[in-house]
Parts: sequence; structure tokens; C-alpha cells
Amino acid sequence: MYNFNYHRPSSVADAAKLLSSASEGKLLAGGQTLLPTIKQRLNKPSDLIDLGGIKDLNTVKVEGGKVVIGALTRHADVAGSDAVRKAIAALASLAGAIGDPAVRNRGTIGGSLANSDPAADYPAAVLGLGATIHTNSRTIAADDYFKGLFETALNPGEIITAVSFPVPEKAGYAKFPNPASRYAMVGVFVAKGPAGVRVAVTGAGACAFRQKAMEAALAKNWSAAALDGIKTSADELNSDIHGSAEYRAHLIGVMAKRAVAAAG
Amino acid sequence: MALQMGASVRRVEDYRFITGQGTYVDDINRPGQSYAVFVRSPHAHAKIKSIDTSKAAKAPGVVAVFTGKDTAADKVGGLICGWVVKSKDGQPHKAPAHPVLALDTVRYVGDHVAMVIADTLGQAKDAAELVEVDYDVLTPVIDPVAAVKAGAPLLHADAPGNVCYDWELGDKAATEAAFKSAAHVVKLDLYNNRLIPNAMEPRAAIGEYDRATDTLTCYSTSQNPHVLRLILCAFIYGMPEHKLRVVAPDVGGGFGSKIFCYAEETACTWAAKKINRAVKWTAERSESFMSDAHGRDHQTHAELAVDKDGKFLGLRVSTVANLGAYLSTFATCVPSYLYATLLAGQYTTPAIYAEVKTAFTNTAPVDAYRGAGRPEATYVVERIVEIAARQLKMDPAELRRRNFIAPGAFPYQTPVALQYDSGNYNLALSEALKLADYAGFQARRAESERRGKLRGIGFAAYIEACGIAPSAVVGSLGCGVGLWESAQVRFNPTGSVLVYTGSHSHGQGHETTFAQVVADKFGIPIENIEIVHGDTSKVPMGMGTYGSRSLAVGGSAIVRACDKLIEKGKKIAAHLLEASVQDIEFAEGNFKVAGTDKSVPIGQVVFTSYVPHNYPKDLEPGFEESGFYDPLNFTYPAGTHIAEVEIDPDTGVIAVVNWAAVDDFGKIVNPMIVEGQVHGGIAQGIGQALLEGAVYDKESGQLLTGSFMDYTMPRADDLPSFKVGTTETPCPHNPLGVKGCGEAGAIAAPAALMNAITDALGTEIDMPATQEKVWRAAQNRRMRAAAE
Repeated sequence: MYNFNYHRPSSVADAAKLLSSASEGKLLAGGQTLLPTIKQRLNKPSDLIDLGGIKDLNTVKVEGGKVVIGALTRHADVAGSDAVRKAIAALASLAGAIGDPAVRNRGTIGGSLANSDPAADYPAAVLGLGATIHTNSRTIAADDYFKGLFETALNPGEIITAVSFPVPEKAGYAKFPNPASRYAMVGVFVAKGPAGVRVAVTGAGACAFRQKAMEAALAKNWSAAALDGIKTSADELNSDIHGSAEYRAHLIGVMAKRAVAAAG
Repeated sequence: MALQMGASVRRVEDYRFITGQGTYVDDINRPGQSYAVFVRSPHAHAKIKSIDTSKAAKAPGVVAVFTGKDTAADKVGGLICGWVVKSKDGQPHKAPAHPVLALDTVRYVGDHVAMVIADTLGQAKDAAELVEVDYDVLTPVIDPVAAVKAGAPLLHADAPGNVCYDWELGDKAATEAAFKSAAHVVKLDLYNNRLIPNAMEPRAAIGEYDRATDTLTCYSTSQNPHVLRLILCAFIYGMPEHKLRVVAPDVGGGFGSKIFCYAEETACTWAAKKINRAVKWTAERSESFMSDAHGRDHQTHAELAVDKDGKFLGLRVSTVANLGAYLSTFATCVPSYLYATLLAGQYTTPAIYAEVKTAFTNTAPVDAYRGAGRPEATYVVERIVEIAARQLKMDPAELRRRNFIAPGAFPYQTPVALQYDSGNYNLALSEALKLADYAGFQARRAESERRGKLRGIGFAAYIEACGIAPSAVVGSLGCGVGLWESAQVRFNPTGSVLVYTGSHSHGQGHETTFAQVVADKFGIPIENIEIVHGDTSKVPMGMGTYGSRSLAVGGSAIVRACDKLIEKGKKIAAHLLEASVQDIEFAEGNFKVAGTDKSVPIGQVVFTSYVPHNYPKDLEPGFEESGFYDPLNFTYPAGTHIAEVEIDPDTGVIAVVNWAAVDDFGKIVNPMIVEGQVHGGIAQGIGQALLEGAVYDKESGQLLTGSFMDYTMPRADDLPSFKVGTTETPCPHNPLGVKGCGEAGAIAAPAALMNAITDALGTEIDMPATQEKVWRAAQNRRMRAAAE
């Protein structure tokens, strides 16, 4: 770890000010990605701005047909929320299968989305449910949010405050975990609801993306069988020692069917 | 008092471990201690053009920066390999220099280039980044088969062709003749995947110098502190052994990787004297991945000759083994004497010939890892036997039975040097078949198929040579040390006992098991016994723990010392009871005059020895004896494991659904500890077969599996609930009748599991059976089925 300045602001506005005035500032939410990289000297922030002192960013509300989750809400709290489970069970179970208990008790939804790890689970739910990302300056539609490998639509100095998920009619998530890291090697979130029929894939590409051919098929016939024979191109999919692009492309089909089956 | 032997006594060491009160090397802090960080090579193969340490030396808190020039100037010797293996032409193996800090060349990613010592760890890390090394990058070679081909990049000028040795064992002509007469020849090519040990506690070292006595102390995560002291003093520093104390306190797992003398403890202890301050180093996990000695990494072609009735006639095996960039402490013996000598397995195969070529490559050194050579042998034998059964369309259990060495055939001389002492292989197999419900397998398979799943079953009837080892035998094979063990048993005047053992416990539970042995010997409560190990200033010279040897060899040394005390006690008792020594019997804590009710308890005898007012006049006072035990033979634990898997052909995910293990470890002292050892071994074996595998990039030589993000360790949800059982043929040549249990699971499991997986898939795949590999094989199976 290199030395850095530590701040613990009490408002989002103060955090934004600190972030914009720091030369290499980093926001600290749950720290489940940031802290290990700092410890390994892979990340060298000048300033660490701990959001943990800001009140009201860790609330979970269901209102107006939406589940609104504060950016600092821990995965374990989403997983354990009766309100979330009642409204979008697939979202609660997705959160309950992120990492391990230690990760779930520290990691936050805002941190996960700001980092946009290609193998994170939340991006699949955000894109699959057509969620809206609220920041200190605007709202961003999920379709406009994920831009590439660890790349999002967030501007410098922009801070996620909450994510709102429209409550779907049906939703399901199926994850094929990387055997070593247990991140998603392929995760598919399917939903049918206010945002239409959506199929979102994480783990397989540079960032979460939608599988439109599957969406079209499911829009006509919401069943796992409707996905038979729909292939995903392996072009531009991730390839590593755990799975080739071709294998991942195949798994998207399998996981999509399992997600539909889980959605009911 | 109830006998302790055979009782599942709770581990006395666990209270301190599970309450966080163990004392590991990193828990030890010495006054004025400084911290070392090693600058490691980022390249797999490069010439060092220059090293500029000037900026690092001036950085805040820096005490010293050392490079290979400094160790060379101080005549610090290189790391050694302690076992000479001779090639077919009679030449000893090639032993290129292995400098503690690199001199002019680096040969693997993680090789030691410089050592930075500072007041704090952070300062040492900061300064390490300021060491400027100018490299001339060379082409690396990673694959051992590629390394021994003409034109491969050369690692060491004194090892032409990158060959360490080209060795053989067995009767080549007899084996060739056996193949000529065979009705069937079964062939197999396999890869035994390279593993990274990953003990829970990373390696660590503290070097300390006492100027007043000119004495060095090395705290080390060692499985064999005396051997480390011997190597450091006699071969590396050139100093008398009484001036170096090695302490290996609580050690959190070793699996072989902590047997060896590494650069880090060598450098820390040397530097401590140089700067007259204690120097501490603790590996980060990424350093463990890069620089702990790895295991396995064999490429093998094997052929089995079988007659028309399924009798094995001959086995020939050709292996290329990767030894990494330099020779680790016992690297040479692992793919030779610990490997090919086990190729008879449990069978009467009359002719066996093995040849092993070992290669230097630009990878971390490879040495013993749980099982060390014996898992590789079992993997060859049990895979090819299973394939033979498939090709001959015989039941794999029946084929094994036809070839087992019979229970009445012991001692049994194999064609590959070993003489098995005892065993009942068919009994273990039969028990395992029951435990696995083999009879019900076809119904279970049909049920899986109805659900679209592929089910398979696989056997491994393994054998290992443990209780390592008779000194004269290993000496004749090139080992540089004797492999006996020591013990010292010391009664305190009021009856409690200190037992000093040269064995070292790093998870095995010696403090419990050894205490059970002593409690029974003397008929005293186990609470009155303390086992002391791991400190060369307390314990007599000993050889340490590896090769499932602690109880068979170390335990036998303890028994020897106990027996001497009992003999002495008889003399004291005879005096007190006014009887003849010949008439004194000892049982259950009492010395008794045979055939009378006259007796004296051991506590009184001990007290008398220390307060010898009324005492035999020609007898020394005190109640303390040493014992040394050099085994007469190896021990031969053996058994059968049966694995059953269910594969999801859509994803390639394997569920290990059933595991039956029946092991013959001879007499068992603590069944609970043995069962734990079996579980751990199987978990590691399943890890090898399904999940683990060190991967280096073939072009750059970078370690791609350098963290737990990419190196897959087995976890609880990868494992079934194991069904374990034991059979017992006591070891006939050690006083406890024990054989050793530490490595069995890791030896048996890979073959059993791969036999099950390939049974389900109907095709061969290599370890690790990753999901994608299995998925592809399952797709091919589907296509084959569709084509038929």
C-alpha cells in the first residue's frame, strides 16, 4: 500500500468536492475491489474518499412500482431484504450469491456498478431489468451506462447515489461461476416487465450486454424452449484459461434457459 | 486406565490454533527487527546487465540492499540438492549453481535478484521499487518436452540440452520380451499436472544474530528444522552447527513445500549478521505462488502388456519430468526413486521398465508435494489398468483382483526394487465395493441418464512407500542423509513427561498422537505428557516430517526411548521391591513382581530416580532416555478408493457424488486424526484432478495462475461427503505396526476420479478435468452417439 490522504465526508456534495479537488482521488464504498488493489500496490490513489459517513445512501425502498436501492447498500442487505425478495426475487438471490459472506457484508451495489467489473453480477440485473442509475447530477438509463471494460457513462466526479429497478412481471438469473474466483464466467439475467423482455449477459464480454435475438424469441414465447437453437457469436467474447469465447458463447444459451426456468 | 491407542482423542493442539493463539513465524517479533523485501525477476529468462541499488539504498528507513555480488563476496554457497541420481550412463545428475541471489542470469519469474532491508515493511517495499535492474531478455522454455529438444533455449551451460538426468529402472530386456508375448497391449499418454502447494500459512523467516555469543538464529516455516540447519551450516554458510539455532514453531501446513531450504531464509539469516539486526520476511500469497516449490508436472507414455486372461505381463513407462529452473533440495529423487519404484502398484506384473528424463525449464523449482512421486506412479498404473479393463471389456474390479499380489505372498519383491512387507489388497477392494454400493451403480447410471446426465465410476487401488526410509537403502540410491528419527523422553521428578521428537508437526496432530503412544507405554494420563518439537536447541538431531514418516519412524524412536526407561525402571523397582530384575513386569503404570501382589507405581520409581536415597548403587540417577530409530524397510499403506461422478453434458460441470475410501494404514493410533488426514488428502487429490493446475504462458513464461483468482483450489462445495473405512494388516517391522496415512488420499484420488470421469465421458482427457474440457468431450460423445 502506498500512502494516501483519507477523507470521510458527511454529504454527497462534500464527497464530490473532495473528489474533484484530488489529483488521483478514489471513492471508497465497500472496498472489495479497491482495497485489494491498493494493498497490492496496483492502485495508487492520492486521496481516498470514504463514503461510509454519508447518511441515507443505504436505504432500500419499494415505491411506485420500483425497487430503489441506495448506492451504499451492502449485497447482504439486498439479499436479506424481504421487500426486495417480494418485489424482485431474482435480484435478492443474485445479491445473495455474490462472492462470499465477507464480500456480501462489505460490498455495495454502487461500488459494483461504478467499477463495472466484466464478471460482476449486478450489471446483469441492472441491464436485464432496465434499471435507472441515479447520480449526484443526473439519471442514466441502464442501456446507456455500460461502455466497455471497467468503463461506464459516469463522468469524472460523478457519484452514484441510488439505483431504481422497475418491478417486473417475471425475472430470473442464472450464473455459471468461474471455478477459481467464483465471479460470473457467464451470468444471464432475463426479465419481462415494464422495460419489455430483456436478456442481459455478464461475464462473457467486456461489459454487460443484451442478447437481442433471445429477447425477440422470448417476447414471442416466454419459455426456455423458445431459446433452442439461438446462438451467441463468440466474436468479442472473453477468453481465458478458464473458458474460451466459444465455451462462453455456448454457456450464454444454457444459462439463459436456466434463467427463464428460474423466472417461471 | 483405558488404552489411548485406537481412541479418537481430541487434538490437544487445536485449542490454541482455533482460538488464534498459535505462534507462527510471522507472530514472532524480535527486538530491533528489520524487514526484508525481495526484488524478483519479472522475466522468465534474462541476463542481468546491471543492477543499480543506489537510489534504493538512500530511501527512507533503508538499512541495506544486497545483491548476488554481496552474497558471493561473503562466500555464501548456493542452494543444494541432497540426492544424487545417476543417469543411464552412470554420470551423476547435472547440478547447476543455484545462487541465493541471482548473479548474472534470472531463470524464472520470481527468481531472487536483490534483497532490500528497511526499518518498516512499507519502507522496504518502497525502496525495492527503486532498485533498477537492466535486463537483456532471453527466450524462455516452459514445457519440459520442448526444453529437451534440440535448439531449445539453454538454461545452464553445465546442463547440456537442459537435461538434469536420463535415468532408468527395471529390466528392459525382460520387459520387451513380455510385450512380445502379450495378447493385448494397452497404451496411454498422460499429463500429470503441475501443482502449487498453497499451504494456508505462507513461508516466512526471521534471521537473528547474537553478537555476544556469535550465534545465529533462524526462525523458519520448516518441516525439518535440523535438516535446514545442516544444509545452512555445512553447505551454504560453512559454519559450525552449534552456532546456528533453527526454530520451526507452529507451522500452518507444508505438504512438502516447507521441507526445502529456500533462498529467503538463507538470505535473511546471513543478512542478520551482516547488519547485526534481526531481519524478518513473510511471503505474500503472490510470492508463494511464484516461488514455493511446485509439484508434479510429468508427461508420460505408458504401455501395459496383458495376456489373454487379463494377467499383466509387463509395464513400460517413459516420463519427462519438469524440475523447473534450479534443483530444489530433494528435486532429483521425486521423479525417480519415489516414482518408478511404485510402478508395480498392487500387482504381480513380473517385468517393469521405466525411464525418466528430467528437464530444466524457466519455471519455479519443482520438488516434493504431498505424495511426491507416488501419486504420479499411482496415476500411471491405475489409469492404464482401468483403460485395460475397458479395452478387454472386463470388470475393472475383477481385472485388479486377477493381478493382485496375494495376502500370503509377503514379503513380496517387486521388479522395481521395493520389497512390500504386508497387505491384503483384495480385502480393501471388497470393502470399498460394498461402501460404494458398486452393485447398485448401473441402476444409478440409468437414473442419471434419464435426467440427461452422464454418470461414471472409477477405481484406484493405490500403494505407496512411506515411513521414509531405511538409511542404508536410500544412501545406496544417492540420498545425502540418513532418514532415521530421534526421540528423547524425559520424566520430571513428579511424574510428568516431556517428549522431544525430531519429527515436526505442521497440521498432523503429533502433540496428540505421540502423547497417546507414550501414555500407553507408561500407563499415565495423556495430560501429563507434552510433545516438544521444532527447535534445534531443544530437540536432538532429527530428520523431520515428510513422506508419511512421523509415526512409523518418529513414533518408533519414541517407543525405543520409552522401552529403555521401562528397563531402567525395572532395575529401580527390583531394588525397591527387593526382588530380582528378571522377575519384574511392567504393565499399566505399575512395576510388579511376577506372580505376587508386590508392586510399585511408575511415579514412585521416577521420583526415586531423582531422589536416589534408596537406590541401586551401580545405576545412574535420573529418568531420561534417548532413542533413535532407523526403519528396516519402507512401510506400504495401500487401499482402494472408488469415485463416482455425475456430469452435466450441457456445461461440463462435474459433481463428485460418491466417494468410498478403504485404506490399510496398519495399526491406527487416533482414528479421528487419520480420518482427517484421509479427508484432506482426498480433497487435494480431487483438487488436482478437477481444478488445480499451474499455467505459465508458453511465450513469455509469466505465471498465469498467480493468485486464487485464477488458481482453483478445491472448496467444500466441490467435495462430497467421504465414506471412509480401514482394513488392518499391521506393519511387521516397526514396533507400533503403523504404516502412515498422510499422503494416501492425495495419491489415490486423482486416478480414481479421472477413471470415473473418463468412464462417464467414454473418452480420455487429461487433468485437470476443467469444465470446458469436459463439455467438449461430452459434445463429442453426443456426436459419436448420434453418428452410430
